[in-house]
Amino acid sequence: MSATSAVPAQSGVLGFVHRRRRGAELFLLVLALAVGIGAYVAVGIGVEGEVPTDVLGYGGALTALLVGAHVLVRFTAPYADPVLLPVVGALNGLGLAVIHRLDLATDSSDAAKQLVWMTLGVLLFAGTLLLLRDHRVLQRFTYTSGLAAIVLLLLPLLPVIGNEVRGARIWINVAGFSFQPGEVAKVLLVVTFAGYLVLHRDALALAGRRVLFVDLPRGRDLGPILAMWLVSLGVLVFQRDLGSSLLFFGLFLVMLYVATERAGWLVVGGGLFAVGAFFGYQAFGHVRRRFDVWLNPFDHYGPGTDDTAFQPVEAMFGMAWGGLLGRGFGEGSPERVPFAESDFVLAALGEELGLTGVMAVILCYGLIVERGLRAALVCRDAFGKLVATGLALVFAVQVFVVIGGVTRLIPLTGLTTPFLSYGGSSLVANWVIVALLLRISDQARRPVPDLSDPVGSGDDEATQVVKAVRA
Amino acid sequence: MNKPIRTLSLFTLLLFVALLVNVTVLQYVQADELNADDRNRRVVVAAFSRERGAILAGRDPIAESVPSDDEFDFQRTYPEPLRYAHTTGYFSYYSQTALERSQNEVLSGDDSRLFVTRLADLLTQADPQGGNVQTTLVRDAQVAAYDGLRALGEDTQGAVVALEPGTGKVLAMVSSPSFDPNRLASHDLGAVTQAYEELEAREDQPLLNRAIQTTLPPGSTFKLVTAAAALEEGLYELGDQVPGGDTYQLPLTSGPTGLLDNGGRSCGSETVSFTQAVANSCNTTFLAMADELGVEALQDQAEAFGFNAEYLDALPAQAESRFPGDLDQAQTALAGIGQSDVAATPLQMAMVAAGIANDGVVMKPYLVDEVTSPDLDVLERTEPTELSRATSPATAEALTEMMVATVSSGTATPAQIPGVDVAGKTGTAQSTPERPPYAWFVSFAPADDPQVAVAVLVESTDVARDEIAGGALGGPIAKAVMEAVVNR
Repeated sequence: MSATSAVPAQSGVLGFVHRRRRGAELFLLVLALAVGIGAYVAVGIGVEGEVPTDVLGYGGALTALLVGAHVLVRFTAPYADPVLLPVVGALNGLGLAVIHRLDLATDSSDAAKQLVWMTLGVLLFAGTLLLLRDHRVLQRFTYTSGLAAIVLLLLPLLPVIGNEVRGARIWINVAGFSFQPGEVAKVLLVVTFAGYLVLHRDALALAGRRVLFVDLPRGRDLGPILAMWLVSLGVLVFQRDLGSSLLFFGLFLVMLYVATERAGWLVVGGGLFAVGAFFGYQAFGHVRRRFDVWLNPFDHYGPGTDDTAFQPVEAMFGMAWGGLLGRGFGEGSPERVPFAESDFVLAALGEELGLTGVMAVILCYGLIVERGLRAALVCRDAFGKLVATGLALVFAVQVFVVIGGVTRLIPLTGLTTPFLSYGGSSLVANWVIVALLLRISDQARRPVPDLSDPVGSGDDEATQVVKAVRA
Repeated sequence: MNKPIRTLSLFTLLLFVALLVNVTVLQYVQADELNADDRNRRVVVAAFSRERGAILAGRDPIAESVPSDDEFDFQRTYPEPLRYAHTTGYFSYYSQTALERSQNEVLSGDDSRLFVTRLADLLTQADPQGGNVQTTLVRDAQVAAYDGLRALGEDTQGAVVALEPGTGKVLAMVSSPSFDPNRLASHDLGAVTQAYEELEAREDQPLLNRAIQTTLPPGSTFKLVTAAAALEEGLYELGDQVPGGDTYQLPLTSGPTGLLDNGGRSCGSETVSFTQAVANSCNTTFLAMADELGVEALQDQAEAFGFNAEYLDALPAQAESRFPGDLDQAQTALAGIGQSDVAATPLQMAMVAAGIANDGVVMKPYLVDEVTSPDLDVLERTEPTELSRATSPATAEALTEMMVATVSSGTATPAQIPGVDVAGKTGTAQSTPERPPYAWFVSFAPADDPQVAVAVLVESTDVARDEIAGGALGGPIAKAVMEAVVNR
């Protein structure tokens, strides 16, 4: 168990070598599998009074997927962070169990579909790790991915394949499958922002004029990315996807701050957000309604009202009914909350697993974010740092917006709860995010191949290595 | 770039802490409030599905849950619905009343004293089960009370309360007309709404528990309070002659409107013996006596018996019996015979009788004897507590003697029980001239070792108006209830 003895004694900070810790990852994965399969069995016992007959098949599938992912990490990213995969596995397994529980209540079969999506997600995870042996390659696709993100965001507005669900036009339907392109676009946007900011960070940070105590960058430095960001934001506003708008805004702002190391951006951005929120509130009826429902949910609940707060109030009732320890699987009525399997999965979890369960899930998300930021910290190149920060942040903001919305900390916006919610696009995109984070952490923790490399001047190194890969 | 990333990780930490705090507020701090919200159907459905504990009278369940094979797992049933409706209350999808409401924590199993049981249920995956409530009600007394009221006619409105003087146990409590709580506990929610609306619309108010929710002038039964005050103040003693006569002119009045008589009962020419005044319910005596005592002494005595207060914990929404302090001289005299602004519930008048029976000590009335776990382990047993010391033992003894005379040779002869000394007092109270008077009867037995004190109120009935008198209507009912307890 002694950690230090296994590390070869080398002198100096640069001599420190991360341990691979794949054994720890496997051990944690066993715990994660116990969570996932145990929850599935608990659902069977709680709802139908018996251990589900297909538990072997289900458990086998889950085990195969996660252990398969682990073996792949062993070979393709041996130094990757050992905590990420087990935490993600536990969340995904728990999500499947909750969706299965709701299936039993509403006589649907979403869990089976979710398992298919999870398989696809793990396959893409594997594909990412296999094809992308060095994350710095992505920097070459800065503009390509930006363009792809815009195209993806525009897709739902197209007449035939675009599809409006519950007032938000963010879906596309292709061959019977519906997909939310925005989920993939957010990964592409992180890559675009990171690639652009790495190239222009000095200009953004140093060149420019000072207007009213604020150093504004030159238009040609900030312009293109600002324009791109505005387009994606505009698209989302027209699609009435407030959650994603907020997500992209926060992402853009924070990446700018990290790249330029200027906290002033956060102040400016915060001000812009306030202005935007104010005008949004004034201009859009649906934003006003959301706010009103948030502030006075009980005025919009029950007979005699417009009942627009039915979903959030039912969620609050459900979570209160769950209390500290929860009702136990099958003992609550989570199906009372509309869309409990997707946007409001946390309410279902809170009702049947209680505050304890919700806290565990929030802490799991916290771990993922923390691990992502840690990868960013130890990463040696600026691009990797920015991508890891961006991905961790996408996660953090998404979790905050959706859980805060469901628990009435902030106004409700439609977003999925990563790995828990039913929904293929989100699940697949999040598995890719995890693959990218693992790839970056593997690069970061890997022993420095050549000590004569000028470590510390990350930017130069980044461009050199990209060239090398290209060669 | 590491500094902003570190700052950022602190910021995300804040976000997550905000989530954790917020969800704790929601699921812990606000949870009770949200769960108490009537609109939270989960709570209702869960409560409706649960095996709720039984309410018992003696060994008989008067409310119990039986398995049901529809969407709810259990059906609440009331085996003797009409007799016990006002004490059990009903357990409907929409609301609960009476014991079903006040004992809900125990019956539903949410009570903290059932924590160990709940934990065991959780571990064994057994369905949670509620605890039982053992009432103080005595089945035979309850039957006698209800059947007695109903025997007066279909349209009888009234109430009977029987107490155990030494403890305050409520031995019987009925109100007429009654209703069938089974209809309100039905799983057919449409039928429940319809039944409830029908009951609400009826003029005779079957949902009203007249034993504790109706306050009416207690009439001559209140003379016991006046007599008690006179004895306590030392104004008169048991053997004394007291003011009497055929008529009494109210203070501050003149002429026939202020002139009261005794309805033809014998009350002497100028004075009359105290015992005869009580036995014949002499208005002239107690009008004069109240005037002599003054409003303050009367109010103190009334409050010592429990007026102007609430005392029964088990049943929500009870009315306070009333003895106001701001009466003028004429009103005070009238208050002495239970008219004017004096108003009492049948329970209050039963407490007056019980207080006298119990050597002047009024016990706090209670309806819940024991609370048990589903396995019948006693979780809590109600200990009798003293509510107040209304009179000295000597005063109580003097009053008892006069009440015994009232039953043996006065207005209360219908309550006589062969071989048992009964103490009683009748009352016939006027409200407005347009409507028939209210018939009251209070009594206890046996006089030397009281086991039961009863109050009967007949608010209205089919009986012809000139036959309405406390003794004739209330006496037989009180007698039946006392017999049921004494011969237990």
